[in-house]
Amino acid sequence: MIDVINLTKKFNDLNVLNGISVKIEKGDIICVIGPSGSGKSTFLRCLNCMEDPTGGQIIFNNVDIADTKVDINIHRRKMGMVFQHFNLFNNKTVIQNIMLAPVHVQVKDMKKAKRKKLKDDPAYNTTKAEIIKNARENAIKLLERIGLADKADVYPSTLSGGQKQRVAIVRALAMNPDVILFDEPTSALDPEMVGEVLDLMKSLAEDFMTMIIVTHEMGFAREVANKILFIDEGKILESGTPEEFFGNPKHPRLKEFLSKVL
Amino acid sequence: MGNFEQKVEKFIEIFIEQNGYVKVLEGLKNTLIIAVLGLLIGIVIGTLIATVRVIPKYKILPRILNGFCSFYVGLFRGTPIVVQLLVFYYVMLPLMGVHMTGVQVAIWVFGLNSGAYISEIMRSGILSVDPGQMEAGRAVGLSFGTTMMKIVIPQAVKNILPTLGNEFIALIKETSVVSFVGAADLYVAFNYIGSNSYEFMVPYLVMAMIYIVLVLLISLGIKLMERSLRKSDRRN
Repeated sequence: MIDVINLTKKFNDLNVLNGISVKIEKGDIICVIGPSGSGKSTFLRCLNCMEDPTGGQIIFNNVDIADTKVDINIHRRKMGMVFQHFNLFNNKTVIQNIMLAPVHVQVKDMKKAKRKKLKDDPAYNTTKAEIIKNARENAIKLLERIGLADKADVYPSTLSGGQKQRVAIVRALAMNPDVILFDEPTSALDPEMVGEVLDLMKSLAEDFMTMIIVTHEMGFAREVANKILFIDEGKILESGTPEEFFGNPKHPRLKEFLSKVL
Repeated sequence: MGNFEQKVEKFIEIFIEQNGYVKVLEGLKNTLIIAVLGLLIGIVIGTLIATVRVIPKYKILPRILNGFCSFYVGLFRGTPIVVQLLVFYYVMLPLMGVHMTGVQVAIWVFGLNSGAYISEIMRSGILSVDPGQMEAGRAVGLSFGTTMMKIVIPQAVKNILPTLGNEFIALIKETSVVSFVGAADLYVAFNYIGSNSYEFMVPYLVMAMIYIVLVLLISLGIKLMERSLRKSDRRN
């Protein structure tokens, strides 16, 4: 589904990614680990062009989204992202956070279909009220799933870190993405809140959501991932199933890293 | 102090019996129209300029726009407002062959002028919003412009509201020079009363008081607005 070919990224003269190639299939759960400064977050942020890649290709659903001529916004709708610092919209309530993008995108599609008189397009026959109603129902369903339906109308500043991150995850889910990128989703949380976020991610894994997760949670990676990438100095030094990866690490850098974190 | 009482009597006589109050109300109306519409135009222009200035500059178009905006801000901050009024009225309009009343000219010049100042205020407001907000908007597939309008600018405005209020207060006070292009504001009204009675002490005193009351009312309004915008801050 995502085919990364020889991805490179430079910040001025600093080479952060030195040619990363990896194939991600539908339903994959890929954990990316590595020491800090290794380029793993940059790799993740290049996947949805949050950082524009310097070179290489990212083929997502048969389109090279690293090409600057591509309308990246359309592809990002199918690529959710969850941040270390949650980044909920502070000026919107919890339910507005979840509804904003789906409503905006669908209303835009509807207006376009009406303007071009595309009668066969399903977007042609909807109305704004209907879109909002559906988005609200969906948002409430998502909030019920994470047990925060009673928080629908409060602002994010009143939530705990774990609650914020769970709302951020369902905000990404509300777009029905093909894949969700997680950028250290538990690193900014109090230890006691890590569990609730990891549990939600596990339940997504059980629903066969494709996920790419940059994380320091080795236990989680071992339990949930079907493939682990070890990145250092902007290269994938080793990749494999959790069994191979933790049971029989080959690269000396990975051995050293695991001996420090495990 | 008999002298002063006489002056007050004279003022009241002209103010009420010779329809001085009509002039004052007219002037007050013009002052407010110029300041309010000027502020609105300024906010629109300022927001646009500030947005252009924070666009990532990889492509050529944003760079050109950015250059133009820098020039604009430099031009309007580098000349006195009176000069701008005079140039607009006596140079630009005849060159373009357009006719405008003094009030219309004042509205546009104050709008263009405050746009330059508000752009800098707005830019600092936008920069004060966590960059993660923009990233989160882009990550769900919203465009730069949509994220700016729905997420970043509302938060920026909340942060700069006190400064924006100052700008409005400054505008109200600066409008007292619009008589240069023949717009009848508060100053013109009280000057008229003064000239008709050959007595300026009381009219100008009253004028000063009206300005103070206006500014105090605006400060109060800003305070109320700030309170209602603080809703989304932590408080539960």
